[in-house]
Amino acid sequence: MNKVIEGLAYVLGNDIDTDQIIPAEHLVYSLSDPEESKNYGKFALSGVPADQAGLPDGGISFTENGQHESKYSIIIGGRNFGCGSSREHAPACMEIAGVRAVIAESYARIFYRNSVDGGFFIPFECATSLVTEIKTGDDLIIDLESNTLTNRSSKVTYELKSLGEVIEIIEAGNIFEYARKTGMIPSA
Amino acid sequence: MGMTITEKILAAHAGKESVRPGDNIWVDADVLMTHDVCGPGTFAIFKKQFGENAKVWDRDKVVIIPDHFIFTKDTHANRNIDILRQFVKEQSLPHYFDVGTDNYKGVCHLALAQEGFNRPGEVLFGTDSHTSTSGAFGMFSTGIGNTDAAFILGTGKLWVKVPESMCFEFTGTFPEHVMAKDVILNVIGDIGVDGATYRAMEWQGDAIMKLSMEERMTLCNMAIEAGGKNGIIEADEVTTDYVRQRTDAPYKIYKSDADAKYVFKKTYNASEMEPIVAKPHSPDNKAKVSECVDVKLDRAYIGSCTGGKLTDFMAAARLLKGKKVKIDTFIVPATREVEQDLHKEKIGGETLMDIFQSAGAYLGDPSCAACLGGPKDTFGRAKDNQVVISTTNRNFPGRMGSKQSFVYLASPYTAAASALTGHITNPAEFINN
Repeated sequence: MNKVIEGLAYVLGNDIDTDQIIPAEHLVYSLSDPEESKNYGKFALSGVPADQAGLPDGGISFTENGQHESKYSIIIGGRNFGCGSSREHAPACMEIAGVRAVIAESYARIFYRNSVDGGFFIPFECATSLVTEIKTGDDLIIDLESNTLTNRSSKVTYELKSLGEVIEIIEAGNIFEYARKTGMIPSA
Repeated sequence: MGMTITEKILAAHAGKESVRPGDNIWVDADVLMTHDVCGPGTFAIFKKQFGENAKVWDRDKVVIIPDHFIFTKDTHANRNIDILRQFVKEQSLPHYFDVGTDNYKGVCHLALAQEGFNRPGEVLFGTDSHTSTSGAFGMFSTGIGNTDAAFILGTGKLWVKVPESMCFEFTGTFPEHVMAKDVILNVIGDIGVDGATYRAMEWQGDAIMKLSMEERMTLCNMAIEAGGKNGIIEADEVTTDYVRQRTDAPYKIYKSDADAKYVFKKTYNASEMEPIVAKPHSPDNKAKVSECVDVKLDRAYIGSCTGGKLTDFMAAARLLKGKKVKIDTFIVPATREVEQDLHKEKIGGETLMDIFQSAGAYLGDPSCAACLGGPKDTFGRAKDNQVVISTTNRNFPGRMGSKQSFVYLASPYTAAASALTGHITNPAEFINN
């Protein structure tokens, strides 16, 4: 696990549901074919209403001109991030687009589990409502040792909540590696 | 200290005497269900992690029910059905309900019940958030992603954090024009879309126990719309009567102890309930139907796992009989069994199918259809800035296919009454006359 995660912020509001993250009509592509799965990056966050896409101003597309990678790699969210469907295409599409971390006030349960167990990115929580503090495009750095987030654009540092009991799965990489490490399933 | 039903079932499946909320435990799965949207991804992870020739942990416990993108020309969607078929063949799986055959069922959550896979006391995981539906049978059921499902395919186990339980008690009798959908929309409106996050929603009270299995399923189906891990209702005679008609497999009934601990217990007087809608664009955006009567509608949609069961169509047909709809009205039975029942069940000598056709409604094939938008050629998919009243479970922006559309969630009674007038209408106006 890297000690720091750096990237530009893409800011979203409360209750970002999985239909906004990846609309259902796109849930038809292969997730295992590297070339075809790029479609998920292309349509990541494409269901977010325009005025909510890239706060505070809105109207900022997450990916541009049919590209499957986004220049934003850290998502800032409000409460109940990832609510709705169990579709693992949601954290997967964000990872394919280049997301390395999400920092939200709280998560919907299945999305959080999928992010951790599938090892797509690290879902951090922060007690501060960052949605009103950070602007889309701000330059961020997450320090995993001190568990802090620094906004290098505004020069403000925020404390992140401890990753708690899931840290062992995150450190292992995903639920399979964790299960191998603990002897639950045989090592490959 | 006593335990709730949820705690007892999880303890039993972890080989423990007791568990407490917050405990992380490894639980044995009795059933793993997947469908066409999440099956292909699940199988790919299973093969990557356990080997190209690995076998699933227990063929009899894997249930595969294609239901999401079925009646479409979308080549990728149809390829996903082929991937299901291939995996079923490789693994010789007995419980597969193939598209285009007499064995096709339709929406997985109702198909699980109808085919006897919902059994009190068991643990069922499914790659669909509405897997919480099965909790209506006094079992633990919850939605998971592809990775967790692949882990279960290989090991038969999954780690679960034992949820705290919330108790919703309804005493007395619901008014005739109030359905389970009104009840759950009311509760979600009270606690919010994250009000039950990481928690179990347990339903109690004489009003709940008077409900049919289908109505109980509607309540548990939408636990996820409050963020819940599972919904659950203690099994009783209504449950066992339903289960016995569907399977002879053994089951075990768990009851919550009198001193079980709940986050809170909220008691409602059932007779005070009113028809409720969830306004755009969130299932917790609650309003009384009586407050929304000036909302003009473009279409009505009656279908899905939560609103496309026989009970739902009996209610709709009762209002539509002998009348014409004023707006485009889409009827989508959840499963083939429901569709067959539409041809058999009668009100005043007329089958439900005849009632719907005479009323001018459009009939679709059993599947998830427009509940989640789906491919462009999906039956009933919302267009442009249409205003839709729907018996489905989500009205997130764009959920039914158009980001500009407005979706009001409502009971089948309210949807049918509104179809007859073209604006949101209290079904009491038709039922009490």
